[in-house]
Amino acid sequence: MSEHIVSPKIYLAIFTTLMAGTGITVWAAFQNFGKFNIVIALAIATIKATLVVLYFMHARYSPKRTQLVIVCSVFWLAIMLSLTLADYNTRRHEGRLASATTCYRA
Amino acid sequence: MHRTGQLYGHFETLEQQKESAALGMWVFLVTEVLFFGGLFLAYTVNRGAFSTAFGAGSNTLDIKLGGFNTVVLIMSSLTMAMAVWSAQVGKKKLVSIFLIATLGLGTVFLGVKVIEYKQKFDHHLIPGQGFDMRYRSEHPRVTDDPKEIAIEKEEVEKTFAVDQDTNAHGQLYFSLYFAMTGLHALHMIVGAGLLVWLIKASFAGRFTPQYNTPVEIVGLYWHFVDIVWIYLFPLLYLIDRHR
Repeated sequence: MSEHIVSPKIYLAIFTTLMAGTGITVWAAFQNFGKFNIVIALAIATIKATLVVLYFMHARYSPKRTQLVIVCSVFWLAIMLSLTLADYNTRRHEGRLASATTCYRA
Repeated sequence: MHRTGQLYGHFETLEQQKESAALGMWVFLVTEVLFFGGLFLAYTVNRGAFSTAFGAGSNTLDIKLGGFNTVVLIMSSLTMAMAVWSAQVGKKKLVSIFLIATLGLGTVFLGVKVIEYKQKFDHHLIPGQGFDMRYRSEHPRVTDDPKEIAIEKEEVEKTFAVDQDTNAHGQLYFSLYFAMTGLHALHMIVGAGLLVWLIKASFAGRFTPQYNTPVEIVGLYWHFVDIVWIYLFPLLYLIDRHR
């Protein structure tokens, strides 16, 4: 069998990077970057997720067919998010979204 | 046959057999991505519409507990990855040790989650009849730090000044908080069950360099659950910490 064995050194390096990423996320959340706070938070989270997929989940060493499945998941997620948000952000709302008060009258 | 790592008739090589098992897990994870994706989408739409109340709700969460749990979960991913490595290089004892470590860290995560949920019940932040974002600052406990309560009171009043319906919109935040972290915790519980099964098998010495597919694919699942938390942590705990 020619499976690729990822060495513990790489795992440790990825782990350290993920920890650093968590630290930066928390630090950045306490700074005021205005609109960019959310962009920074999501960018760091995406970098962390990519590292987990590539190394912890061995995607980098997987056959092309498995990689295609992974890319598909991101692609379909992007379709779901972008089309729905495009609808919400371009449709005229009466004031705001359906008022939550109507759903939750205590 | 599969359980002992022998070749099934419909595969040509052991490698193909193993790759197929991993591919099957990945296909399942694709459905999971979309499953959680729906909740993230609901979160995004509602946060966009009620950002003030979402910020106030987010600030009631304990960032120390959340941060601690993030560290614990990433560590458990490392131990899971190491369990896979141990099986691949044939260190049978290490497989058991790393699997037990992963289970232990997962349990710590769930324990901290219980503490966090209990706090939300105490502070009347469970969506429903008794929900009140003002409750905590108006009913401080003897053990609460008066300074912290004063800050919270000021913040909550500011929030109500901007959004009169904070209690309604806050319930949306907490509904999503409990749905998302609850579904994530459910996945952790399933993962813990799978780990118990793996630990039993590893005690029996079943995982070898030739056959370690179960460790590998439960690992895939465990890392996926970690990825969900990597997104949940900033989105739920860190919305509005900078004011």
